[in-house]
Amino acid sequence: MRIGVFICHCGSNIAGTVDVAQVAANAAKMPDVAFAVDTMYACSEPGQQAIEEAVKQHKLTGVVVASCSPRMHEPTFRRAVERAGLNRYMIEMANIREQVSWIGKDKEANTRKATDLVHMAVEKLRLNRVLIPKQIPVTRKVLVVGGGVAGIQAALDCAEGGMEVVMVEREPSIGGKMSKLDKTFPTIDCSSCVLGPKMVDVAQNDHIDLFTYSEVESITGYVGNFEVTIRKKAPYVDWEKCTGCGICTEKCPNKKSFDRHNEGMGTTTSINIPFPQAIPKKATINAATCRKLVDGKCGVCAKVCPSGAINYEQEDELVTVKVGAVVAATGYDFMDWTVYREYGAGRYKDVITSLQYERLLSASGPTEGHIKRPSDGKEPKNIVFIQCVGSRDVSIGRPYCSGFCCMYTAKQAILTKDHIPDSQSYVFYMDIRSPGKAYDEFTRRAQEEYGAQYLRGRVSTIVPLGDKLLVRGADTLAGQQVEIEADLVVLAVGGEAAHGAPQLAEKLRISYDSYGFFMEGHVKLKPVETNTAGVFLAGACQGLKDIPASVAQGSAAAAKALGLLSKDTLESDPQTASVDLKRCVGCGKCWNVCPFGAIREMDMRGQIKAEVLEAVCQGCGLCNATCPQGAIQLSHFTDNQVLAEVEALCRC
Amino acid sequence: MEPIQLGRGDTEFIRKVEEESRQVVKKCYQCGNCTAGCPMSFSYDYTANQLMRLIQLGQRERVLKSRAVWMCVTCETCTTRCPNEIDVARVLDVCRHMARKAGYGGVFNNMRVFADSFLQTVRWNGKSHELGLMALFKMRAMKPFSDLSLAPSMLLKGKLPYLPHRIKGRSEVAGIFKRFSEQQLKELHAQTTDDKKPAGGDK
Repeated sequence: MRIGVFICHCGSNIAGTVDVAQVAANAAKMPDVAFAVDTMYACSEPGQQAIEEAVKQHKLTGVVVASCSPRMHEPTFRRAVERAGLNRYMIEMANIREQVSWIGKDKEANTRKATDLVHMAVEKLRLNRVLIPKQIPVTRKVLVVGGGVAGIQAALDCAEGGMEVVMVEREPSIGGKMSKLDKTFPTIDCSSCVLGPKMVDVAQNDHIDLFTYSEVESITGYVGNFEVTIRKKAPYVDWEKCTGCGICTEKCPNKKSFDRHNEGMGTTTSINIPFPQAIPKKATINAATCRKLVDGKCGVCAKVCPSGAINYEQEDELVTVKVGAVVAATGYDFMDWTVYREYGAGRYKDVITSLQYERLLSASGPTEGHIKRPSDGKEPKNIVFIQCVGSRDVSIGRPYCSGFCCMYTAKQAILTKDHIPDSQSYVFYMDIRSPGKAYDEFTRRAQEEYGAQYLRGRVSTIVPLGDKLLVRGADTLAGQQVEIEADLVVLAVGGEAAHGAPQLAEKLRISYDSYGFFMEGHVKLKPVETNTAGVFLAGACQGLKDIPASVAQGSAAAAKALGLLSKDTLESDPQTASVDLKRCVGCGKCWNVCPFGAIREMDMRGQIKAEVLEAVCQGCGLCNATCPQGAIQLSHFTDNQVLAEVEALCRC
Repeated sequence: MEPIQLGRGDTEFIRKVEEESRQVVKKCYQCGNCTAGCPMSFSYDYTANQLMRLIQLGQRERVLKSRAVWMCVTCETCTTRCPNEIDVARVLDVCRHMARKAGYGGVFNNMRVFADSFLQTVRWNGKSHELGLMALFKMRAMKPFSDLSLAPSMLLKGKLPYLPHRIKGRSEVAGIFKRFSEQQLKELHAQTTDDKKPAGGDK
């Protein structure tokens, strides 16, 4: 074998603390090394050309690049050696940047360690084999999980690109958080007027198969060939027959159900259609409060339904679909603000959340757009908005900024003045974060044109005072405590990962951060990809964001899915496990540890053996490490290759 | 007000406050929640968040000479409310100790005198004696007639017993004071060189 070794300077990133010329000189003496050199930027165009030329000139059969993490540039160098006529798996990388130069200052020690890592890579490369990827057919269909504005945008864009789409939404209607908003910033346009047509488009698009009141039960398979099981929860109404006429909701005698769409600002009936623009406009029975389902006495809705759609016996249904890519757009939820005991912990009726206030402002809300405070239905005059409730607060484990509260609070202050001209809004803020297009102008307008009094400081306590609430806070700019007798207090509650987000992430086999937000492939360069091929992210499930950013990410995720599925076949990764049947004793340890279900039991002339389903295997190596016989080996990471690396390290 | 000379911030002061309070003052992002809840804010020259800011800027003199460090009653509302989990009350406590050690009584000398008089009665009786405390304080502060109008009603309500309630184990309490002053003396000897203004040695 003839190996070429390239030691990258990475400008001064590596050369600053590693003697790269010395490492190259050391590498030249290693077994099978025919050529070794240091290079300024191995990943640059001239750097890659130099590798290609060296391969041809020195008749190299394998290449070691000592530079950064393989996660950064392994694909780059694989393409480079492929252009030079080698198999793409005949290249190894030694990470002498993240693992050496960035973490140590001692140049001599760094040079020694870099040499060791290069030596290990050389020894492994000597045992590398040519691997050829296979072509696998793909299912040209996309699953969109979540029917908020990000998911809607992703679904519409995919459908526009000619892709079949399956949309799954756990609520009875799509629309997400945006459907609960009255107006949107920074243009004060009506939320349902801009979202409504998109929701209708989803319903009417022949390419989109909509599953609402449904959840992803399980997902198996791999990029291009996922198999998804969807649980359609029982609405106790046959949606094929339901026309959305609403007679059942008028006649239902139990009118005290919690109104989820109105955030508990009013009550609703046990059988209901969440809001007038709901898509699909179908009735759902709340099994927890329905008298018929709880104690068998009622059945009014079944009697009045003109199409005979009510079915109290209905059960959950499981549906299986095959898709090639998945867009996760599960959005966010609001944190439980009642941990703030100084704000009453939910005991004061007139301390409400911003989303509850949004429902009071909305013409389709419980008060038909008249601001009436919950305690006595009076119109409030002094309204206090408190920002950063559950944002930027280490003491409750929410150190991050939710990002949209500054803007919606400004919007609500403006709308308050529109609704009640003789009202006065007070906004307690820490910093005004309004970096979007026309955003800062908007927050200024709230103050200058609409007279909202902005106070820089937090609120320490809210105490009831007659039928009012005494709010005591600080104005740090004046260096004073301030007190306001408020009629209504609106808390700008921060967002958190949607309930159930980590569980979904585990089903999709994608990573999530410590707050439950899904991890993007790269924070700057792969904002909608995940580390699982074929799974993309859109909207607030990746990190809290406002509507414009969610829509943009929805489109971006759709573009990625369309790009992936634009071909009829995909290349499979040949770094998979394979079984040496002579050694396999059929103990079953491998199929028990395999997280992907890629190994199954088979019978070979009466003997039990393991068999790897190559298309399903993700090359994680768990089976290889578990097999007591060393019978199952992961290509490109065989026991022999790993041991060769260990030996190189121990013999230095 | 004189401008704060940012380049001349006392980094040693910041380090010492952080070390003695075991708090990281850099964590403060000036939300103002400490000030918002502070029941003594009416009597402060600097608000609680301003004091935190001055500490961050290393403004030793401004902090230690402030009225606020003496007016703080350590109710810990600031500590409870702080979103960054800074024990603000403890930081102020450390500053109060520093101010005392540095001899910054200044116009607030009476507060020192009051504290000393209080400790004196504890030293004698093992617990506080209100009448003795008042007598001592008024004499030492040289304003014997202030607040005198309050005395009759307090006497009537039995708030000012003539004789002190002496506890068992007074000698143990006195021992604590003795050990403390011995230790103080040792420290004094050890650092006479770098101490600009040694404490009076009365405690």
